[in-house]
Amino acid sequence: MTYIPHSLQERDAMLATIGVKKIEDLFEAVPAAHRFPALNLPPALSEMEAAAELQELALANETTQDLVSFLGAGVYNHYIPAAIDHILSRGEFYTAYTPYQPEISQGTLQAIFEYQSMMSELTGMEVSNASHYDGATALAEAVIMAVAQFRGKRKKIVTSPGVHPQYRATTHTYIQHGELQLVGAELDPSSGPEALIPLIDENTALVAVQYPDFFGRIYDYTQLAEAAHAAGALFAVAANPTALGLLKPPGEMGADIVVGEGQPLGIPLSYGGPYLGFFTTRKKFVRKMAGRLVGESTDSRGQRAFVLTLTPREQHIKRERATSNICSNQGLMALAASVYMSLLGQTGLRQVAELCYHKAHYAAEQVAKIPGYSLCYDEPFFHEFTVCCPKPVAEINEHLLEHGIIGGYDLGQDYPDMQNHMLIAVTEMNAKEEIDALAAVLAEVSHD
Amino acid sequence: MNIPSDLKYTKSDEWVNPSDGKMGLTDYAQGQLSDIVFVEVLVSVDDTISAGDAIASVESVKAAAEIYAPVGGKVIAVNEDLADAPETMNSDPFGAGWLVQVEISEEGDLMDAAAYEKYCEERE
Amino acid sequence: MTDFKLQGQPKVVEPTIYELSTPGRTGVTFPDPDVPRAQLPDSMLRGRLPLPELSEADVIRHFVKLSTFNYSVDSGFYPLGSCTMKYNPKINEDAARLPGFTRLHPLQPIETTQGALVLMYQLQEWLKEISGFDAVSLQPAAGAHGELTGVLIMRAYHIHRGDDKRTKMLIPDSAHGTNPASSAMSGLQVVQIPSDERGNVGLDALRAACDETTIGMMLTNPNTLGLFDEHVEEISKIVHEAGGLMYGDGANLNALMGIAKMRDLGFDVMHFNLHKTFSTPHGGGGPGSGPVGVTAELADFLPAPIVDIVEEGNEDLPPLFGLVSPAKTIGRVKSFHGHFGVLVRAFTYIAMHGADGLRKVSEYAVLNANYLLARLRDAYTVPYDRTCMHEFVAEGRFADAPGIHALDIAKRLMDYGFHPPTNYFPLIVHEALMIEPTETENKDTLDAFVEAMLKIADEARSAPDLLHAAPQKTPFGRLDEVKAAKELILCCWLPEDYGNQ
Repeated sequence: MTYIPHSLQERDAMLATIGVKKIEDLFEAVPAAHRFPALNLPPALSEMEAAAELQELALANETTQDLVSFLGAGVYNHYIPAAIDHILSRGEFYTAYTPYQPEISQGTLQAIFEYQSMMSELTGMEVSNASHYDGATALAEAVIMAVAQFRGKRKKIVTSPGVHPQYRATTHTYIQHGELQLVGAELDPSSGPEALIPLIDENTALVAVQYPDFFGRIYDYTQLAEAAHAAGALFAVAANPTALGLLKPPGEMGADIVVGEGQPLGIPLSYGGPYLGFFTTRKKFVRKMAGRLVGESTDSRGQRAFVLTLTPREQHIKRERATSNICSNQGLMALAASVYMSLLGQTGLRQVAELCYHKAHYAAEQVAKIPGYSLCYDEPFFHEFTVCCPKPVAEINEHLLEHGIIGGYDLGQDYPDMQNHMLIAVTEMNAKEEIDALAAVLAEVSHD
Repeated sequence: MNIPSDLKYTKSDEWVNPSDGKMGLTDYAQGQLSDIVFVEVLVSVDDTISAGDAIASVESVKAAAEIYAPVGGKVIAVNEDLADAPETMNSDPFGAGWLVQVEISEEGDLMDAAAYEKYCEERE
Repeated sequence: MTDFKLQGQPKVVEPTIYELSTPGRTGVTFPDPDVPRAQLPDSMLRGRLPLPELSEADVIRHFVKLSTFNYSVDSGFYPLGSCTMKYNPKINEDAARLPGFTRLHPLQPIETTQGALVLMYQLQEWLKEISGFDAVSLQPAAGAHGELTGVLIMRAYHIHRGDDKRTKMLIPDSAHGTNPASSAMSGLQVVQIPSDERGNVGLDALRAACDETTIGMMLTNPNTLGLFDEHVEEISKIVHEAGGLMYGDGANLNALMGIAKMRDLGFDVMHFNLHKTFSTPHGGGGPGSGPVGVTAELADFLPAPIVDIVEEGNEDLPPLFGLVSPAKTIGRVKSFHGHFGVLVRAFTYIAMHGADGLRKVSEYAVLNANYLLARLRDAYTVPYDRTCMHEFVAEGRFADAPGIHALDIAKRLMDYGFHPPTNYFPLIVHEALMIEPTETENKDTLDAFVEAMLKIADEARSAPDLLHAAPQKTPFGRLDEVKAAKELILCCWLPEDYGNQ
């Protein structure tokens, strides 16, 4: 298949205008020894053949639709209202570039402005950027922002072991040459936020926690925020947006930065991406925040209009003086989140959050009843909980899969002391029968 | 373009008043930046700074620039008004748009007004 | 200068989602719980949740209305230099939306995701073949993210062999701002290398800058002037002799598929922009995807995880694909395995082109650019005027029309129905207009664009006010950017009395 429209006559006319005989003549600057290498690729497919091949690859997977899933650990299987993809499928949105020309990009710009507004409201903060790649990179950018806020003078980052292991790993990758100290991850995962307080000192740039934490637990971080602020440090929370439909927003707990994975807001699982890293903060930090930002203004005709603003913070102007190299946002994913929040509104998001909460608590109750299984923690939780199992999680999950169930996340992968600990996620997509089936199969595993 | 004769200038377009130690950004530089929308002074009263230290960063709609101290010394005043009215640096760069005042204890590599004027013309 | 003096309140063309909100409306409902309700944690509940309330039809109409304000590849010619705004095939979209892909959780057992893993493995192999590299990671989320990844790999390589003094990155003055920013993020100092009069990297300056502190060089080739560097092999040699590595910015790969392999030109590491070269849509700013390719020497430093065969197949069973962590990995650069949905689109594109098709893409991208250059060079100054690759840079200024800037030409193009070229980049060209037509545009479109550009060059002299006042035929006029930056209105909210009316 080709998408090149030229007829041979047109090609020849163009070559004549250029003043060369054949297309190959345009490549004389390329070293002759390396020019026109053979590429060993499979023969080109027609659209019909490609569609069939892709369908075959897709069917080779067993999805959360074919199976019953209790897997979360950062991304969640939620219902996506049909209207969202109809908006995302409009070429006017998905085939546009970054809105550098505001006169012909008001659709994208106003949509981002509305995204910023809703994200600020949801997290209880004052400003939001136009998004990062995902929750993990948003947290890494929060760390960089905090370090820049103190002009590199504070070198310590305190994070809880309850922050997603992949977020901590990503942050570590980002800052590995920054002479910074990442502390806190070595704490006992069963400890609460108060265990972080002794680690905070005058050298601390940022204290970062997750809400609900990676193990599903809900804590009020107000005291921890106060402790961070007392030492002059900033306080960041990586939050789950669905939970914020029900729970007190981090802004009310004193957070300076709220980041998180926006995937639960109407974005498909899609085997890991593309997702949406949201990032909100206080207005006083807006110039230190990385990423695109849309502001309200007016045009030359006296119409309200929107435009990318505070661009001098960014790499294309500041170059090596910029604190972040980011030059895109997850525009289309932010649009998905906007449409999702617009459709659900105040009541819908609360409803989804409550469904998750009730179903997760029902599941926890059923699982805890099974001999050999228990809930590892007593703290309140949202839609995910940690189960202490009688056998290795891998073994249990294998058995569950034979019954068409994708089990929970094996925490032993990231926390060596947490062998036999399973993290189970339950959303509005899990029917009571599915939860009962999970409990029944788990019971089988405990007996043999 | 305004280049007061009683001030001294740097190649990075700052001015300093040798008689009172006030410093700021030149008329030429504010014109290049165009509308200044944000100023952040990076030093505080009682800090001791050296010539060439960054004392402020400014942003216009299209550009961002660091401002460096033309001379060294102890900071005795910082222009707090700029935070709310950064455009003063455009409208009155040598007057109300001053940034920082120091007790001069170290001379920098400075030009007089005539040399600076020539330097600006060369860059046009 | 545009006069932005407002008479009274600004006119609202489309209300915000908050202004459209009415208490009690909703766009979607959910069933009641089928399990007993649990006790909610009272002390942790939020008070108000100020999201808008609209019906589904209201939401659809609002966003459809907004979409009509956008220019897009689907609606017209988008010659935005360095962005490769080619047509995005529709089959890509359908493929990425197959439920067998969209409903896969990234942490599922690999036995249940073999289709996805085969696709990723195959894409890694194809990108290796196109670039000549030995290993590829699909994890980076965007071009700039790929740069950061590549630079971290370069640093890890030097440090691992006990050489921790290499902290200087050489970057040409024509480079994208992301290059120096990515280097700075990795804790490096940037040394800028000037270009020579033919738009190549200045070799004398390069030689002078190379020493035992050089980590390497970041080079975009073809460069941002759209020119193939005539000394690329010599550049690689100089940098390698100093012990440095060559980073290839793949932003302009659309000129090189089947034309030259980056590895053969002397590069050690590069990133691909799937959203440029491989036709995945730009999405109004993202998501992109920025896979990184490296030589065998650097393969162990790639970010984790990458896709590999974890159990060889046999006569009865296909091999089992899984996710593995390279031995000396720099770590992970994001969560999970990359922008899988974008990978599906790029996979589809490559599968439909094959070797000959990809070479043809690059050939016609270069043909189209040279055709525009040939037709415009008399009316617009082209400062580095030689055979270009997939794009070229002209000056948007005229000696006999002193008040006209590149910006005015860009805005006037909108009145003729075209998206403007990239302007004011690269920084080494005055009033730059960077024009990249891509291969998917036909001759009629290119001719119409040329006519508009020639007309604008005339208007610049005969009717400059038309350019200063442009655009007139778009739904919105020029924006007051000073007001936006000063007032910093970044959010809208529900009115204070919402719900009490």
